[in-house]
Amino acid sequence: MTMPGWLRSIEFAVDLSFVNAKGWFLDLLGKFLPGWIVVLTSIVISGVVILCMGPIIMMYLTLLERKLIGRIQNRYGPNRVGIWGLLQPIADGIKMFTKEDIVPANADKLIHLLAPIVIVIPALMVFLVVPFGERMTAANLNIGILYFIAVSSITTIPIFMGSWASRNKYSLLGGMRTAAQMISYEIPMTLSVVPVIMMSQSLSTNTIVMTQCGDVDLHWFVFTPWGLTGFMIFFLCAVAECNRPPFDLPEAESELVAGFHTEYSGMKFALFYMAEYMNAFTLCGIATTLFLGGWQGPFLPSWLWFFGKTFLLICVMIWFRGTFPRFRVDQLMGFAWKFLLPLTLINILVAGLWQFVPERTAWLYSVPILIVSLWTLVKLNRHFVPEKRAYPLAD
Amino acid sequence: MEILTIGAKFGVYIVMALVLVFALGVVTLRNLFHSALCLAAVLVGTATVYLALRADFVAAIQILVYVGAVMTLIIFAIMLTEHLGEKTIRQTNRQSPAAILGLLGFIFMIGLVILRTPWPVTKRALATGTSVMSLGKALMGSYVFPFEIISVILIAALIGAVVIAKKDPEEKS
Repeated sequence: MTMPGWLRSIEFAVDLSFVNAKGWFLDLLGKFLPGWIVVLTSIVISGVVILCMGPIIMMYLTLLERKLIGRIQNRYGPNRVGIWGLLQPIADGIKMFTKEDIVPANADKLIHLLAPIVIVIPALMVFLVVPFGERMTAANLNIGILYFIAVSSITTIPIFMGSWASRNKYSLLGGMRTAAQMISYEIPMTLSVVPVIMMSQSLSTNTIVMTQCGDVDLHWFVFTPWGLTGFMIFFLCAVAECNRPPFDLPEAESELVAGFHTEYSGMKFALFYMAEYMNAFTLCGIATTLFLGGWQGPFLPSWLWFFGKTFLLICVMIWFRGTFPRFRVDQLMGFAWKFLLPLTLINILVAGLWQFVPERTAWLYSVPILIVSLWTLVKLNRHFVPEKRAYPLAD
Repeated sequence: MEILTIGAKFGVYIVMALVLVFALGVVTLRNLFHSALCLAAVLVGTATVYLALRADFVAAIQILVYVGAVMTLIIFAIMLTEHLGEKTIRQTNRQSPAAILGLLGFIFMIGLVILRTPWPVTKRALATGTSVMSLGKALMGSYVFPFEIISVILIAALIGAVVIAKKDPEEKS
């Protein structure tokens, strides 16, 4: 791959334009102010960018979702506020702010208030380790991916707080379902990351992206058998972790009204909504980082590659929502424990094999192993009919 | 730079104080669910202290295992008990004086152990830090025996849980 020098330098300048702008600003500050203020400003700039980006991404995700779902269902979606409905999220935000905030009479007031606030914190904190582009990670922790998994596992607790504090049977049922679902899907999700860590020999998100580098010959992990399997498992678990269809049992509207946020209104409800969409975005971003090569890609600037891949995954999530029916509870649990978990364990073994065998032979080994185990698991999981319940009063 | 270091130090002290306040809450609040949430706050605070001590791997694992999994299980257990709707429960009973005595004895013993242990602080040890790689090598190298014993115990616990949760065979009567 040869590229003329001037083209290369232009690409480099565009690629690092945000990084360079920040560096230039800090250099300017350093001329007048002491060192510690510069360090503090650097932290504040990254923080403010993340704090603004989270809500803005969430606002336009809702619009994207409504537009796409509308197209899937053969209608237009929002198109009245601004051209193509582009101002719709802002109108929604104003509506949410001005709505009355209703707290149930028997609710635990303090926890009812705290739950929507607490749920946004981990959703924003995980933005720290997402590599948005070359040298565009807010904090390059050397335990990056572990930090992501740990912080996103906190999300269960605020959901529980909200469901318990509402004193509503639907909320409580939704909360119980959330706990069961999130604990179950966290395990295959964490284990599906293990092969990536084994291959890149690092937990840092930046290093993981760096090991998948390559200009036109793409070395993304998804192009290996274990990478493809791992990516599928990770993505399915990600859909389950942010409670989106077809795994949206915690808020199944046909059974539970709205699940854990039944008793929330106005801005508090909006905060729950915001956390959900930001989680969807960061999970897709991390899936991109781990398996789709992060910001690696030819020609275009790195951040454009990252956002392109991430929004592609989000569109797949929306597509799921538009097409799949909801799981039954036993199917949900069985899918995590009986199908995904054994598959991740086999995948870790295959990745270990890949490490010690030359690439050609590794393909010969690993593809049949994965196909056979997939087929066996599908066979073993088939034809489960739940026990027939008798309803003597209904008959 | 000194100002930032001092600020970080004060931040850690504030977090430590908050951990103590929440820990008091765990044992004095009269609502089981509130106690559980205080416990979660204590665990997060402890993780922050680990982070300040540059043990970032331990901090992440603390949050992942304790806050993510164990707390959820505790809350789940509370939800399955009859105390869910009750406003208040007594946290103390007649055995509390004896418990305090036992606790004081324990604190005395632990304090003694901590004070008598020589803590070798060398430049080399400070420089290496706690990298994940060295932890893994230690677990698979010099500490492989305790590691394997813990794995066997965990498997025994897993099998035990499966046996308990299994359906009883239908009695022939």
